[in-house]
Amino acid sequence: MEPFLTVSGKAAPFLAANVDTDVIMPKQFLKGIDRSGLDRGLFFALRFLESGAPNPEFILNRSAWQGAKFLVVGPNFGCGSSREHAVWGLKQLGIRALIGTRFAGIFYDNCQRNGVLTIQLEEDELRELGRLVGQPESNRISVDLPAQQIRLQDGRAIGFRIDALRKEALVQGLDAIGSTLRRAEQIRAFERRHLQENPWLA
Amino acid sequence: MNTPRTLYDKHIDSHTLCPLDDDGHVLLYIDRQVLNEYTSPQAFSGLREAGRTVWRPETALAVVDHVNPTAPQRIAAMPDEGGARQVSYLAENCRDFGIELFDVLDKRQGIEHVVAPEQGFILPGMVVAAGDSHTTTYGALGAFGFGIGTSEIEHLLASQTLVYKRLKTMRVTVEGRLGLGVASKDIIMALIEKIGASGATGYAIEFAGSTIDALSVEARMTICNMAVEAGARGAFMAPDDKVFAYVKDKLRAPKGEQWEQAVAKWRELKSDEGAVFDCEVAIVATAIQPMVTWGTSPDQAAPIGARVPDPAGEADPIRRRDLQRALDYMGLEPGQRLDGIAISHAFIGSCTNARIEDLRQVAEVVRDRRVAAGVRAMIVPGSTAVRAQAESEGLAEIFLAAGFEWRQSGCSMCLAMNDDVLDVGDRCASSTNRNFEGRQGAGARTHLMSPAMVAAAALAGRLTDVRSLSLEA
Ligand code: SF4
Repeated sequence: MEPFLTVSGKAAPFLAANVDTDVIMPKQFLKGIDRSGLDRGLFFALRFLESGAPNPEFILNRSAWQGAKFLVVGPNFGCGSSREHAVWGLKQLGIRALIGTRFAGIFYDNCQRNGVLTIQLEEDELRELGRLVGQPESNRISVDLPAQQIRLQDGRAIGFRIDALRKEALVQGLDAIGSTLRRAEQIRAFERRHLQENPWLA
Repeated sequence: MNTPRTLYDKHIDSHTLCPLDDDGHVLLYIDRQVLNEYTSPQAFSGLREAGRTVWRPETALAVVDHVNPTAPQRIAAMPDEGGARQVSYLAENCRDFGIELFDVLDKRQGIEHVVAPEQGFILPGMVVAAGDSHTTTYGALGAFGFGIGTSEIEHLLASQTLVYKRLKTMRVTVEGRLGLGVASKDIIMALIEKIGASGATGYAIEFAGSTIDALSVEARMTICNMAVEAGARGAFMAPDDKVFAYVKDKLRAPKGEQWEQAVAKWRELKSDEGAVFDCEVAIVATAIQPMVTWGTSPDQAAPIGARVPDPAGEADPIRRRDLQRALDYMGLEPGQRLDGIAISHAFIGSCTNARIEDLRQVAEVVRDRRVAAGVRAMIVPGSTAVRAQAESEGLAEIFLAAGFEWRQSGCSMCLAMNDDVLDVGDRCASSTNRNFEGRQGAGARTHLMSPAMVAAAALAGRLTDVRSLSLEA
């Protein structure tokens, strides 16, 4: 996984509440057995017109926000279906971090497992950030994960909290399965006892 | 004296290998997982690429449910190339890694969350994770279930564990008797409306109280199933004699002496007297009316007697815009009565409400009546076993005589990944769990409600209070 250190780029506001994973990645893009082609599906109904041409109104299609690396999102972003395709699509389109107040649980974990940073801010901080990045002249930001800071163009910085465990995994781009399997002996020992105590689970 | 613990603490404590930090992360042992054809392929590919094996294949069960057709005549072939590839890749993975598979033609096939309890694959005290958000369903059996993504499926297949962060706990206490015509679906819809679509984000919910105790196990499953629509990452209920009776004769339930031993242990599965929850919510059952959604988020719901809200009354500009967008999508006017909204489709199905009891309730409403002209009404049983049961009880004849389509099992129009898809502008009364934009088809409009309410809407051709119908009869 690509490590996340400091990333700079445009941020696009997308502040609607309860944006679900059906909207982020509609069902017609879920029929693969690999991760390919999901950039096309991302926000499909919003991003494209019926003709297939890009919808000029959609934020990521407007020239000032094209190529955005960050999305500033409304509450409960990523709710609904567990489909990780939503995160794969965001990643394939070049989104490196999502900044919001509250993320849906499964989506939040899916982001983490794919190296997409999710930052949780207070509501007033988010509102202010949303306002700033909604203007082309102030929509560039830097996200510095080691320092836990979002830096704005005017020199201000917004600090954010993140669990040390999550931070380390992202900064180092760790392979979670590999780390866990280093505890294989411990897992086996736990399992033996667990199945002895609950033989019907065997 | 030990500190009193919640049932959630007990589930997590008994499955924790070791803490990983001071923020609440633990390495959690998972007893069972259920796999489907559309969220698992990339997990298996990951295992193959890394040359890893499945830790304990016998703890996983795979079911084809999302992409298969539900036409009355069952065939093995999938109608589209993508679905066919997913189904054959699942079969290949199950064969290569030694996992049991219920394929489309299997008598045990059905929606994963209906099939797993039905087969006795889920038992009280288990911790279950699966690549589907409605894994919360298993809370009704005294297990703890939660949804995960594909990367986590791979982690779980490879190691039988997950890196897990402890949740906060919420207790929802429901007291009193439900009115006639009010279902467990209405309880959970009323809760979601009350606390919002992210009201339980970061929480696991325990459902408790006399109303819950009085419900059947299947009715409880509906509640735990939909708890995720309030953002809950897990639901749980203390198992009681009803649960033990439900589990007892199931194929994979413990037998003989082991059964006694298990039940003795399962009786301990309840929150201790004095256990403290991070949040408490109280609901009065007698105040609950049959609910319907009017918007595009499950919390945009109201009693059937209410009216569509007015965005002009919303002070916050972003919320006003969201509300307006929902009404535009749904094609509704502020102030419009919910009772009376004309529908084109009625759908009974999904892991929320397509079990045998749900179908019995529908049969009661539609017996000797006819679906309104111009309405396409479908019943998609939750599993092939439920379908067989309904046929043996004579329910299928009632449905067919009333003008319903009687179909094979699958997720079907709950998410419309197969060929059961609505058209732009279609309006569907649906016993499912999500009314998201485009969920049942691009541009299609979904109103969530209980199965009995869907049945009533199908007969009337419009959203209607099921209680008025029974009065007329
Ligand atoms: S019935 Fe619907 S909610 Fe349930 S597993 Fe299938 S698609 Fe998901």
